[in-house]
Amino acid sequence: MPEPLLSVRDLSVVYETVRGPVTAVDNLQLEVGEGEFAAVVGESGCGKSTLLFAIAGLLNPPARIASGSVLFRGADLVTMTERELNELRWRDYSVVLQSAMNALNPVATLAAQYKDAMVAHGTHTKEEIHARSMEVLRLVGIDPVHLRSYPHQLSGGMRQRAMIAMALLLAPDLVIMDEPTSALDVVAQRSLMVQIKELQQLLGFAVVFVTHDMSLVSHFSDQLLVMYAGQVVEQGPTRTVFDSPSHPYSRGLLEAFPSIRGPRVPLRGIPGSPPDLAAPPPGCRFHPRCPLVFDRCDTVPPALYEVGAAYSRCLLHAPAAREVTS
Amino acid sequence: MTLLETSGLTRHFKVGTGLSRRLLHAVDEVDLTIGEREIVALVGESGSGKSTLARLIAQVYKPSAGEIRYQGRPLSALRGRRDRLAYRGDVPMVFQDPFSSLNPAYRVSHGILRSLTLHRPELSRAQRDTEAERVVEAVGLTPAADVLDRYPYELSGGQRQRIGFAQALAHRPKLILADEPVSMLDVSIRIGLLNVMAELRENEGVSFLYITHDIASARYLSDRIVVMYGGHVVETGPTEELLARPRHPYTELLLSAVPDPRAPLDVDAATAKADPPVVIDPVPSCRFRARCPLAEDICHRVTPRLQPVGPEHTAACHVTAPGTAT
Repeated sequence: MPEPLLSVRDLSVVYETVRGPVTAVDNLQLEVGEGEFAAVVGESGCGKSTLLFAIAGLLNPPARIASGSVLFRGADLVTMTERELNELRWRDYSVVLQSAMNALNPVATLAAQYKDAMVAHGTHTKEEIHARSMEVLRLVGIDPVHLRSYPHQLSGGMRQRAMIAMALLLAPDLVIMDEPTSALDVVAQRSLMVQIKELQQLLGFAVVFVTHDMSLVSHFSDQLLVMYAGQVVEQGPTRTVFDSPSHPYSRGLLEAFPSIRGPRVPLRGIPGSPPDLAAPPPGCRFHPRCPLVFDRCDTVPPALYEVGAAYSRCLLHAPAAREVTS
Repeated sequence: MTLLETSGLTRHFKVGTGLSRRLLHAVDEVDLTIGEREIVALVGESGSGKSTLARLIAQVYKPSAGEIRYQGRPLSALRGRRDRLAYRGDVPMVFQDPFSSLNPAYRVSHGILRSLTLHRPELSRAQRDTEAERVVEAVGLTPAADVLDRYPYELSGGQRQRIGFAQALAHRPKLILADEPVSMLDVSIRIGLLNVMAELRENEGVSFLYITHDIASARYLSDRIVVMYGGHVVETGPTEELLARPRHPYTELLLSAVPDPRAPLDVDAATAKADPPVVIDPVPSCRFRARCPLAEDICHRVTPRLQPVGPEHTAACHVTAPGTAT
């Protein structure tokens, strides 16, 4: 099997707080191949953005990587120095953040910002920079005249696309996206998703896409991770997870969407709210909200069990043999 | 019975100064009726004028033209502080962002008790306390006394938004203007809030103007849908009828953009291309024409009016709902 582009192994991220360490990402495994689209979904506070920052090497204290490795083409990003990381950033992997308004420099034109990134990686001639800047803007469907525009002169959707264009400047192999569509309305959201997918197929980069809206990625991602309270609760091919979700939490998330087709049925959502990561419930972290809870759920912490093509962190899927020993 | 009615409601904003002074048409000639115990969903993209419309009804803005009648009486006839206070108590607003709409320095009880003092001065202190507990329980937060004693930072986003509804409920309202009340919340708890709104209508007899860009949640909750685009109402009808037989091309676009994991993907990026409509000094024309796949010559010259296309169902389109007037 060829080496995956990105391989996250046993990754744990801890926030040091006055009340003691809080584990925001707990022992996570993830492999992303060349050109693959991996989506991470979960509610706020489930650790999905922390995971993304850990992969990109953007964590700041009090957060720190407690254990594990992030291998990008076999090289461990966790142990790299800041200078070594700077070489890779933008060129080999780039990050698109949630709020483009805050991620773009409000007092610089797009052209100036694109130039900064390219000069930092050794492109020096004006013509090259200009040509490439025009090219990426065209790729995301923005008229190149906007190179002279400031961020405030663009609409929300255009700013977000300008961010994506910037991430593509140096043709990276991996683009990490943190809810790039959450500030947009439905139509703009859908059009941006279609565009990301088209670009991905055209240019062949891999994507790690973080979102709280599971339905958004249903048609776009290859691999899906569902996170809850710092842990992966379900992981598998996107279609499998959507067609036959194994974990009660993923099932609950899917049933939390009203549909515009079919009969109008009352929905319940998932009662309660996500736990405090500083004091997660004992046993299965989802058990206080779970409709299928049974006697051992509050004492035995489940592992990720294989269910067909996917994995589920639910005692219902524990193999009988392991159930006895645990 | 009609509770609130707007006729020809218009709000323009001045932009620029001197010779470059222009008019932004945020809301143009909107006729809207909301019946007693009715939930009307106002659907549209950002910038379509739906929040401006809510603010006009809440008397945050004064209309540039047109009229709002509440219980048969024009709002312009409200004289004096007592009349206005009574109206504001009857028609409160619930805001989008539960993190900034509660005062962080006060306990949850503060806002609820203050509005009780202001809007229901006949209550004694003990009655106010009982009433505060009642409204908190009505939005599904228990134990009420305990919740009232907390500070906003101790509550989750969903709980805070429920407090927003409890505050509105304390006025004994007739109509709650809910401006994107669930869009900032996690997917798993949105349904819970929508159910709270449905229960408040059942148990307290409150009407709602539910403003959203999510047409699926509008379907889940509402009796009637009003679709806005570029300041105009482009289609209105009973929820199921409108969704089953959408007549305006914009409504169809909205429906096709809803991510539905249960349905196959059918969208092409071209129609979803989001060019915002021209609402600054618009010429008479259909404001959707630039994005419309059906646009004809007449669409560039004449503003379409709402025409009946079915039972209580109207649409403003020259092509799909041709009227007698040209």
